[in-house]
Formats: sequence, structure tokens, C-alpha cells
Amino acid sequence: MRCHRCKASAVIEVRRNNAAFCEGCFLTVFRKQVARTIDKWEMIGGGDRVLVAVSGGKDSLALWDALLDLGHDTSGLYLGLGIGTYSDRSYAAAEGFARSRGATLETVDLAGEHGFDIPTAGRRGPRSTCAVCGLSKRYIFNRAAVDGGYDVLATGHNLDDEAATLLGNTLRWDTEFIARQSPVLPARGGMVKKVKPLHRLSELETAAFAFLRGIDYVVEECPLVAGNTQLRYKDAMNAIEARSPGVKARFFLGYLDRGAPLFRSEDRAEVGACARCGQPTTGTYCAFCRAKAQIAGERLGPAGDRQVAEELADEVLPAELYEIALAEAE
Amino acid sequence: MKVRLRNPDREVDMRGGRLLQEVLVELAVDPDTVLVIRDGELITRGTSLDEADALEIRPVISGGSTP
Repeated sequence: MRCHRCKASAVIEVRRNNAAFCEGCFLTVFRKQVARTIDKWEMIGGGDRVLVAVSGGKDSLALWDALLDLGHDTSGLYLGLGIGTYSDRSYAAAEGFARSRGATLETVDLAGEHGFDIPTAGRRGPRSTCAVCGLSKRYIFNRAAVDGGYDVLATGHNLDDEAATLLGNTLRWDTEFIARQSPVLPARGGMVKKVKPLHRLSELETAAFAFLRGIDYVVEECPLVAGNTQLRYKDAMNAIEARSPGVKARFFLGYLDRGAPLFRSEDRAEVGACARCGQPTTGTYCAFCRAKAQIAGERLGPAGDRQVAEELADEVLPAELYEIALAEAE
Repeated sequence: MKVRLRNPDREVDMRGGRLLQEVLVELAVDPDTVLVIRDGELITRGTSLDEADALEIRPVISGGSTP
């Protein structure tokens, strides 16, 4: 197989574009794609300070690497989730990358700062570990970006992540979440501007980029991820993609071009301040404070408990757990 | 030919002397979901393999909550 641009021997095939690239051309094309995406969506302005959410995996480290090479003013933030040796390896990958690039890596330890780790959350609370992990990341990354005076929070969500999320939201017709799925979420009410510069690049491309750049990312999958809904959606999309290359990109990028305007009016959420921590929320208490209280065995009061019960229904938990949560809220 | 599969880690012996595409079909692995590494370099489906080759097949799919 030959490179589409220079006819050298190819190292990666991008079937959705009917293209293949050698190492040098692929790295160039990847960085150009990131730069074009940032420009098109006005993700990062001149002089903006960018906080990159870093997990130690291929996507976030590939993103940080590309942003550094494109000349952006970035720092990384790593969140210690307390998932045993997996977290140890993840931190080592993030720290090793930062050191090799002479970049600043900030760290937050979930257990040290908030009194619980993700395995404990999975055992004590009714939410799945992935749900608590996701809401903890959203909360802590946003708070760190606001407190640190950053202009932009960048995450490594790729095309596969976004297509799987859109599929899940569509299967549930969760119109409010569909309306909020965008490569750029502007700052509002205590929430920093959030951007996803890799949303046009597939997981294969981000992994290849990280590998070719010599980034020692964490290859292992999180040990708590078994049965994760997002993975099931990815499997479903990959099964269709295998027979119809490009369908994933057409689904998500087509949504951005033609579907998103139809859902805009569904984004009705009013953002206020959490009654406990003051961080932005659409309810009385933010999701993080609700989860934290549950894990600690605390009660937030009827309004918070009712909110938790309704949220659990959205997570499609087993009926008996939802019933228990509702009963506790009464 | 030694083939190291990741997540979970295991090693299998497979017949060489054919294209990577055929090995992936035998393993029921979708080529869009893995990096295939030989001697520290990425290879594509059309690459011819030797009996003496050692491959790593590394999944690119990650789940849970990103980043």
C-alpha cells in the first residue's frame, strides 16, 4: 500500500477517506486537521491559556502533543482516580510525557481532595463506576480551569467517542443532550469554554499518531470498564463501519452540519449555583455533590434526593435500584 | 509467527507467509480497530508476513468516560 501524497510505503490506511499515508505525511495531515478544526470552530484564540484534560491514554496525549506543536499555551491536568496499578501507570504516562516535552502537568487526587476514589464510588453508590468517573472528571476539570484562570478546557474526544455518544443520545431521544453535543461549548455561568479538537479524527488515527510520535501511552483498558454502554455503542458503530466505511463520520459530522440546528431549541437548561459547593448546575445540587453525598452515606435533603432518583432513572439502572432510590427520596 | 494480542494480553502462534489481511480475518479482528506493529513499525493490511515475524496487535478502542 502506498502513501496517497508521496507514494512512499504507507503505515496507516484511513478507509473512510479511501486513503493511506506514510509516517511523515500522516503526521502532517493529522496536525493540519487539528489546526483546521481549531480555526473553523474558533476553539482557541490568540493568547488563550489552554488546560488539557490528560488521562495518560492515546487521545489526550496525542491532543496535547499536537497543541504543543501548533504553538498553543497549554498545561495538562491529570486526575488521580485511585484505580490501583491502572491509575499508577496512567499517571506515569502523563507525567513522562509532560517531562519529555517540558510542559506543566497539574494533578488532582480524587481521594485526597474529595474523600473517595472510583472503585469505592462503584461499591457504595448506586451509579456505575463510569458514571461517577465521568461526572467527577467534568466537575474537577471545569473547577480547575476556572480556578486556574484558563480560557479553554480541551479534551481528547475523538470521532468514535462522539459518534457513539450521539448514537446513545439518539436511541434514547435525549433531545437536550443531543442539543448540547458540540465540538465547542462556550463559557457560561461558571463553566469554562470546552473544546474537542480531535472530533474529526478516528480512534485509529489518534492511536497511530501517538504511536508514531513515540508517546508511551497507557494501552491497557480501565479494569472497571467491563459492560460499559459507550463500548457497546462503539461496537455497534464499528460493525456498520466495517461494511460501510465512512458511515460513522457521516453520522456525526452530518449531525453537526444538518442535524444540530434542528435541536438547538432543546437546549433549555438554566444554569445556577450548587447549594453546597457553588459550582454550576441545572438543579439544586450539582451531580458531583450528589454523588459525593451518596458515597459518604449523607442525605442532601428531599430536593437533592429526588434529583438523585430521577438521575438514576436516566442512567437506566435496574428497576429495583431505581425503586430503592425513589423510596429513599420520599 | 508469534502474534501478541493486547487487552487482554495473550500470545498465539500463527502461520506466516501470507498477507496481514488474512491473519486479521482468521483472528476475526476488524482492521480499523487495531494498530499492527512489526519491529517497532506500523504495518497495513496488504503487508506480506514471514514465518519469523513477531507482531503486536493493539486495540485502539477505549471506553468508559473520556478523556
